[in-house]
Amino acid sequence: MRESRFMAKWTTGSILFAAGSVLPRLAHAADVKTGPYAWETHFQPAATKVMADITWFGWYTLSIMTAVVLFVTLLIAYVVWRFRERANPVPSRVSHNTLIEVLWTIIPVLILLAIAIPSFRLLYAEYDPTKLYADYNPQTTKFLTVKATGSQWYWSYSYATDQDSKDNGVVDAVNFDSLLVPDSELKTDQLRNLSVDNAMVVPVGTFVRLQVTGADVIHSFAMPPFGVKVDAVPGRLNETYFRAEREGVFYGQCSELCGKDHAFMPIVVQVVSQDQFRHWAGQAATDLPGANKTLAEAVHGGSNEKVAVR
Amino acid sequence: MANALAHDSHAHPTGWKRYVYSTNHKDIGVMYLVFAIIAGIIGAALSVVMRMELQEPGIQIFHGLAQMVYGVDAGAALDAGKQMYNTFTTAHGLVMIFFVVMPALIGGYANYFIPIMIGAPDMAFPRLNNISFWLLPVAFLLLIMSLFVEGPSGLYGTGGGWTMYPPFSTTGNPGPAMDFAILAIHIAGASSILGAINFITTIFNMRAPGMTMHKMPLFAWSVLVTAFLLLLSLPVLAGAITMLLTDRNFGTTFFDPAGGGDPILFQHLFWFFGHPEVYILILPGFGIISHIISTFSRKPVFGYLGMAYAMVAIGVVGFVVWAHHMYTTGIDVDTQAYFVFATMVIAVPTGVKVFSWIATMWGGSISFRTPMLWAIGFIFLFTVGGVTGVQLANAGLDRSMQDTYFVVAHFHYVLSLGAIFAIFAGWYYWFPKISGYMYNELVGKVHFWVMFVGVNLVFFPQHFLGVAGMPRRYIDYPDAFAGWNFVSSIGSYISAVSVLIFLYGVIEAFQKKRVAGDNPWGEGATTLEWQLPSPPPFHQWEELPRIR
Repeated sequence: MRESRFMAKWTTGSILFAAGSVLPRLAHAADVKTGPYAWETHFQPAATKVMADITWFGWYTLSIMTAVVLFVTLLIAYVVWRFRERANPVPSRVSHNTLIEVLWTIIPVLILLAIAIPSFRLLYAEYDPTKLYADYNPQTTKFLTVKATGSQWYWSYSYATDQDSKDNGVVDAVNFDSLLVPDSELKTDQLRNLSVDNAMVVPVGTFVRLQVTGADVIHSFAMPPFGVKVDAVPGRLNETYFRAEREGVFYGQCSELCGKDHAFMPIVVQVVSQDQFRHWAGQAATDLPGANKTLAEAVHGGSNEKVAVR
Repeated sequence: MANALAHDSHAHPTGWKRYVYSTNHKDIGVMYLVFAIIAGIIGAALSVVMRMELQEPGIQIFHGLAQMVYGVDAGAALDAGKQMYNTFTTAHGLVMIFFVVMPALIGGYANYFIPIMIGAPDMAFPRLNNISFWLLPVAFLLLIMSLFVEGPSGLYGTGGGWTMYPPFSTTGNPGPAMDFAILAIHIAGASSILGAINFITTIFNMRAPGMTMHKMPLFAWSVLVTAFLLLLSLPVLAGAITMLLTDRNFGTTFFDPAGGGDPILFQHLFWFFGHPEVYILILPGFGIISHIISTFSRKPVFGYLGMAYAMVAIGVVGFVVWAHHMYTTGIDVDTQAYFVFATMVIAVPTGVKVFSWIATMWGGSISFRTPMLWAIGFIFLFTVGGVTGVQLANAGLDRSMQDTYFVVAHFHYVLSLGAIFAIFAGWYYWFPKISGYMYNELVGKVHFWVMFVGVNLVFFPQHFLGVAGMPRRYIDYPDAFAGWNFVSSIGSYISAVSVLIFLYGVIEAFQKKRVAGDNPWGEGATTLEWQLPSPPPFHQWEELPRIR
């Protein structure tokens, strides 16, 4: 992970930094439902600290922006009522007021500063989520590396076999494609347009280094509950990190227009316990369907995905 | 225009020659407006069909539509339909930007009123003005043709979005549809560059005696800034799409990593044009709104210099924020931090404009004629679209919103509800001047309220869809998104009704022929066009006005 150059100076000590770390709440309960739900009006429940921070920052900016819109609306409403033709038949000729012009330049600058400081902190945390963990130890923390490749119109995953990944349970390379389950083959516990045949499986509470690239055209790997969105660009290997804090099946969708089946190449990440992951990774190297079956039985007694219908 | 023709003593061409050969800025302006209305109806129809498709989960319409239009058999209909949906989103974007908003604001209103407002007899280069216009229908035709030729293998049209990112627009679309679209944009771009040169020359050189830059009406300032944005950004787009064309047809690899190129390079070039482009779409609207607010408040514009230089500032800073469209492409985190900062800076001059409009109304004597309703609606809706822009400027938050419906909601609030409201405000403000007839006040107000309700119903729920995670440019979506999509589609139908009310209002005005008079707005309307008859004579300012 790279250290940012100019953030280091003022990340610590800032009050907003502290506020930002305390306020967001991660949904820890294992039975929190995943996937979007009907009439939803805000972010899906966070499954990583980064997404919890994004959620906090979303609410923070939304509050400020709502206040701004309300202020402007009230001003308009007042002006429209107070200075309507009948109430004020003789218009004033005032067209300058230096003080007020300075004020409405300076105050927005201050508001923007109040947004910018936590914004930069969030941005740099996304590129190095270890910042959010006080107990992070670079010597002992082992990253699992997974590569996701977008193709027209499916995703492929490969698990790296470097030492850190092996320490997490990967025995031999695991490579597989992940395709949409067509409507005609949907099981009752699967979601239309979201469920896939083979989910990407990762262990809970583990830093994952996710590498993303595109095989033909640009796609984008998006996983809303993780706060992850990375474009899959041919000829580039983009890298991002996440650490899921609760188990479950999480859904995302391709987020860069890639052709006729752009809407039909979803992303599913199944977060399981570290033990379950070790079992899965060991078996998946030679027998992926078997590994998925074993995993499903271990998690839910036979069902491949958790019921997430609302 | 018949009146102007009858009353004018000068010899000039009549019949079809008057328009096809026209070098008259007012005739060309009228042609631009008619063109924009026709293209606008087509662009709006495309969007209504998309909303019909999205009204419910599943694919309802496009497979049947593809069978009808392309004559494919039932087996291939689903794939053809999915592609057709993408061609609709692409065409809707390109049509609305290049063939509706730009022709209406710049080609239409600016052409018609800039020479009059600055006290000039015509544009600096009248023949250039003619070719600027006549390139547009050609470009439009090319774009429409692209829908009916092969794009991706075995499918019709180009479905790569108005952004045309390679490699989808190169290797992903081997058929000629993409080439048609590229040439369409090339020609529309050339038209705009010529127009920009014309406006810059006119405004710099042909102002009436006494009209210094700092006495110039704000609409002229807005068009001047817009013309510079066009002149500096469109050649970059032209370069980018030329590279796209040679990558496609002549074996170059500017954007192909296999030959050392980079797909992201295209995005940088595209957005170096694309971001100034969004200010090109909105700045002339800023100018129009300033005049309308001032006219109907019977007060001079508050903080004139601040208003003028806020637009200059928006134009300048607008050139250095382009990569905020590219936060997820893998650009360096420090680069992202810079673009976050630069983008938020734009909120300051924009805030100056919003507050100055309200301050112009403050202390005024406001009459709520139809143009004023549209202008006040504009201020409110543009503010809503502006604040979501401030949210999106933050790369950290944009990670969760990039390419979702939140972005769709944001840019439609500033464009569909901002630029289009400014166009309608200008329409009702200047229609009496251009046609000589008064529109029906009731019809105009009903048009406003129906459209206000309709577009808010379309786009406000899309904020919710976006944060919940629904990606853009999807023909079908997970069932959880059904509710808000249904509301949004209902709003679309209401908006479509408002377009019919608008057209009825136009026809009604021409039928009833209520004479508008030189200045229907009273003492608040101070710019020069209100000193001329309605419609203005074929040639105006034969004796140049003197500005004190």
